[in-house]
Amino acid sequence: MNTPVATANKFAAYICSGCGLGDKLKIAGLEKVAKTEGKMAVIKNHPFLCNAEGVKMIQDDIANEGVTHVCIAACSRRAKAEAFTFPTVAVSRANLREGVIWVVAEGAGHDEVRQEMAEDYVRMSCAEVKKMTLPGGNKKESASKKILVVGGGMSGMTAAQAAVDAGYEVVLVEKTGQLGGFANQMWKRMPFNAPYAEAQPTGAAELAAALSANPKVKVYLNSTVTETAGAPGRFAVKIAAESGSISEELCGAIVQASGFTTYPIEKLPELGGGQPNVVDQAGLEALAKAANGGPIKRADGREVKSVVFVQCAGQRDDSGTHLPYCSGHCCGTSIKQATYFKDQNPAIDAVVIYDDLRVPGMGEDFYRSAQNKGVIFTKGKASKVTGGDGCNVTFKDLILDEENTIPADLVVLATGQVPNAGVDLDEWTATATAAESGDEAAKTRKSALQKISVLNLNYRQGPDMPQLKYGFADSHFICFPYETRRTGIYAAGPMRRPMDMHQAQEDATGAALKAIQAAENAAQGRAAHPRAWDLSFPKARLEGCTQCKRCTVECPFGAIDEDEKRFPLFNEERCRRCGTCMGACPVRVISFENYSCDTVGMQVKAVNVPEEDEEKPRILILACENDAYPALDMAGMQRLVYSAFVRVIPVRCLGSVNTVWITDALGSGYDGVMMMGCQKGENYQCHFVKGSEMAYYRLSKIGDTLKGMGLEPERMQTYEIAITDGARVARLIDEYVAQLDELGPSPMKGFG
Amino acid sequence: MSEALGQANSQAIARYKNNFLKEVEERVEDGQWVKMCMQCGVCAGSCPFGPHWEHSPQKIFMMIRAGKREEVLTSDSMWMCTSCYNCVVRCPRKLPITHIMHGLANYAHRLGLVAKGQPTRDIAVLFWKNIIKGGRLNELTFSLSMYFRDGFGQGVKNAMAMQGIGLALVKTKRLNPMEILGGHMCKDKSGIQRMLAKAAEIEDKRRGMA
Amino acid sequence: MAKKNYAFYPGCSSQKGASASNYLNSFGLMCEKLDIQLNEVPDWNCCGASIAYAEGSELPRLMLSARNMAIVEKELPGQDMVSGCPACWLALREAKGRFEEHGSMKTEANECLQDLNLSYQGQVKPRHMTEVLIEDIGYDAMKAQVVRPLDGVKIAGYVGCQTNRPFGIDGESFENPMYLDKMIETVGAEPVPYDQKVTCCGGALAFSEPDKSYKQIRDIVESAYDHGAQVIATPCQLCQANVELYQSEINKKQGTKFSMPVVFYSQLLGLAYGGDLKQTGLDGQVIRANVLEKFIK
Repeated sequence: MNTPVATANKFAAYICSGCGLGDKLKIAGLEKVAKTEGKMAVIKNHPFLCNAEGVKMIQDDIANEGVTHVCIAACSRRAKAEAFTFPTVAVSRANLREGVIWVVAEGAGHDEVRQEMAEDYVRMSCAEVKKMTLPGGNKKESASKKILVVGGGMSGMTAAQAAVDAGYEVVLVEKTGQLGGFANQMWKRMPFNAPYAEAQPTGAAELAAALSANPKVKVYLNSTVTETAGAPGRFAVKIAAESGSISEELCGAIVQASGFTTYPIEKLPELGGGQPNVVDQAGLEALAKAANGGPIKRADGREVKSVVFVQCAGQRDDSGTHLPYCSGHCCGTSIKQATYFKDQNPAIDAVVIYDDLRVPGMGEDFYRSAQNKGVIFTKGKASKVTGGDGCNVTFKDLILDEENTIPADLVVLATGQVPNAGVDLDEWTATATAAESGDEAAKTRKSALQKISVLNLNYRQGPDMPQLKYGFADSHFICFPYETRRTGIYAAGPMRRPMDMHQAQEDATGAALKAIQAAENAAQGRAAHPRAWDLSFPKARLEGCTQCKRCTVECPFGAIDEDEKRFPLFNEERCRRCGTCMGACPVRVISFENYSCDTVGMQVKAVNVPEEDEEKPRILILACENDAYPALDMAGMQRLVYSAFVRVIPVRCLGSVNTVWITDALGSGYDGVMMMGCQKGENYQCHFVKGSEMAYYRLSKIGDTLKGMGLEPERMQTYEIAITDGARVARLIDEYVAQLDELGPSPMKGFG
Repeated sequence: MSEALGQANSQAIARYKNNFLKEVEERVEDGQWVKMCMQCGVCAGSCPFGPHWEHSPQKIFMMIRAGKREEVLTSDSMWMCTSCYNCVVRCPRKLPITHIMHGLANYAHRLGLVAKGQPTRDIAVLFWKNIIKGGRLNELTFSLSMYFRDGFGQGVKNAMAMQGIGLALVKTKRLNPMEILGGHMCKDKSGIQRMLAKAAEIEDKRRGMA
Repeated sequence: MAKKNYAFYPGCSSQKGASASNYLNSFGLMCEKLDIQLNEVPDWNCCGASIAYAEGSELPRLMLSARNMAIVEKELPGQDMVSGCPACWLALREAKGRFEEHGSMKTEANECLQDLNLSYQGQVKPRHMTEVLIEDIGYDAMKAQVVRPLDGVKIAGYVGCQTNRPFGIDGESFENPMYLDKMIETVGAEPVPYDQKVTCCGGALAFSEPDKSYKQIRDIVESAYDHGAQVIATPCQLCQANVELYQSEINKKQGTKFSMPVVFYSQLLGLAYGGDLKQTGLDGQVIRANVLEKFIK
């Protein structure tokens, strides 16, 4: 334990009577609860607890009276967080404002239930704080803050430059002999700045030269990463050069910018793929580069006088043959390439056949500029392209509703981006398992996969970061695009989602800043996003561990390895403090200093569950602190009324919910349990990616347990709640209370 | 079709071949805007005569870009324009659609490609003739010329059909039968006529149609 | 108060004995009360309206307006050029804008004007009469002159097209302009909300495509009835003529029983300012506006 040894714990409760709390609640009653049941040594109330005077009162008690644990009975823990931050003591919060007086119906008729609700929250808060200890943190003075960037294309170079600009050393690994990546093949790029009218030089060569000349950047060309071990602040990376020599680097965080390849044009024979004078956009860039500003010539040397661009070639394909997705950049790229011709010679006929011209943001201005230059845009769907000396593009004009054929000297197919994100972990797991059991083919495949791998992580979860869809790396796609499930490793550029150069550079800058943040947090012993302030980390009583491996398997971030005795080995710097391991542990040996089976379990037990004849049901709500709890607060702020029979306990993630809390609650006479977490599945919104899904999976099996207790399965319900669901959450509560009313009181009442 | 106009027509075909867009850009009022259409169709949904035309403005612009010269210039669409400017204010690309429609109508009329008896063309011609005669519109002679444009017999019928309205206007002093004698006119009507002739000459020269 | 001077461009339909002559009649009392002095543009010519395009190509059409503006620059320098007619106003604004945008076209215009001893410099500001009332006079000053509030009259403000699009009155939306409703309130009447406020009446195509235009007119009149209007008021001569005159035709052909008076905003002001039948031009209604005439005793 790193906590400075406290001589004796001293518990104090501070009750606020401001914001109408004193009018709606009997403060003396709350004080009595804190004293007789909460066993608080110090109990004080204040008419304005969050003002300077109120805060000073608490600070003085901490400084002079030896108070070590503080229970604040006032507003939501999400309100006045700054005022009620006391870094040297453990703090719990009883939510009497958003959670009680703002949501319980007005009027004397509700005085009793309102007071009961408030008293329960004081009981819960006292019970919680008694089980908390102040997180000691775990500073690591020796942690590396060097940023490893894997991939030397536009994304990687931009990330490297951003990190250097912010004052960090960079290791840049590029598998080819030159920095620049795909940009090296390009004649020009789309414009990034006003007036968004003209194609611009890529700037790749200049950026590459600047990085190569920078003493804070170590560039490895012709090199790949053959092993990545460790965690944020201490990634041990082996870099192998083509020559076979191996270098080792110690890095704090990693940006993976491993780029994309173009969809093979040969797979599109119906659109002329493989025939002469039918090229993809990369092929056109090569022709333009060769022309160097002069007339663009075909491979046979003939000057191009007419060109047709076919958009969505082998993309947005719902037949399952080609890429199902839109690569995003190709409309803008074709616009740019059409202006290559128009800028050189306005008499050249350039036609773009598009389905939807997707030019987000200022791309619309670029589109307009190309129209102004005389590029003809035609909404249509190409069905057939023939190459050769005179090409023909047959398409359905979707405005004129007719088949047309356009002859052209050259046809450009706008094919898509295929991500290069490394190994698909599902395949890896299956292959590795088969290889372990001696399958020879699997062994061969495994070593092939290792060559495909970008990072070669030595994590038990596999060598690369998980993928979400179509081979793109899983980032927290909806809410936090840079976050991956490998802490300290950030995905950037088209390996994360299809994108153009401008987006890739923006992406890379963001990823570099996230990497810096991760390295800094690791050095300070703090968690990474989304609990970046949190100094707690999981601790396991290994003597009680049954080596069931659930924690290692269920950790969404691959933070837990196994030691040589097959016990879980926590890589603290990889941990996000979601508590999924704690929720998973069947023997409850995993806990955090400020969050444990006990801090929640004691709250569940602290609630005063009325007898059956009182006709006051009790419903426990376990609400995710990221979305559901704020939504409940929002209901309060909007003064939406919901049942006063619920008792809410915020949890870090539904993934951290240990089923013992539910069985304990129902076993002690609660009438029902509502579990409120984030959306799961493909469009997950869980801040910890898999937490809500894990919870759902675990809880789907709780029905049998409940049946064994003689309880109806309806007594436990799960809900997906978004942060905007303030009104909905209030409605759901009342609906559930009504449902329980029909079900009748819990048969367990009186046994608790 | 007069011989001169017929010549203009075949000249245009020969000169531009398939590149009708360029022809429109050079010869049609505000024709240089046609390439800027982004095919959203808001114009089509905004036109009060939407149910009546053959092709929406959106389609006309695409047809121009596709080189469908004859279909465009013989379309009835531009003659359905009531000049309400709804398409203009709603067009996200700010195309002056009303003007382009007027310009196409003018060009088609000039090339002699408009169907005989196209009613809006006919009254538009009568209107122009009426106003350039004296510099101001003579509502009575304009109305009569409209009723009688299909010959005397039909004219009497048309006039009879509208006589109720005509009489009511006379009764309320909003139509003066004496206008038949000439009515309001500009003093410098010949100056106006010279001015218009000069303008036509200059514009034709600029558009390569002289 | 000093009189405000304007160069006045009445337009063909507002001349004596023309279809909107009662519109012009209603200007007299209104302008007198509001201290507006209208000075007719000498020898003005037709603007070409929006139906001159078949024979009149771009430059000749623009010249019609160029001449009118050149005359104002010469004869009534410094005065804004006011028209009561939306088509005239629109033609002037279009011409002015086009010459501003294309300097070469302005040069061409002056080449054509040379022979007439005129030149166009682009100094004239074309205004519609409603702009003068709203922007130069203001609703409050308009209201101050009301001696006969039109209490209880429900009026559908029919803005139509050309005072509203493509230029419109400053600060108004194209889809739901409010200025006419505000003017109706100013005279003490009640503007009714209805859904055909900016619908096209068919314009000049009422002559060439009558059946298609009658459909437009029917929609407008029907909607005004459905929303409880007793009168339709408009700022446009062609709107007034189309919507008033063809009700009888629609009745004849479609069996409706429309008899909705259609008046100008200036007639409402004249009436509220105490005007008689002649001063308000209400004697010029083909469908008599009894609900308004009853205020004149």
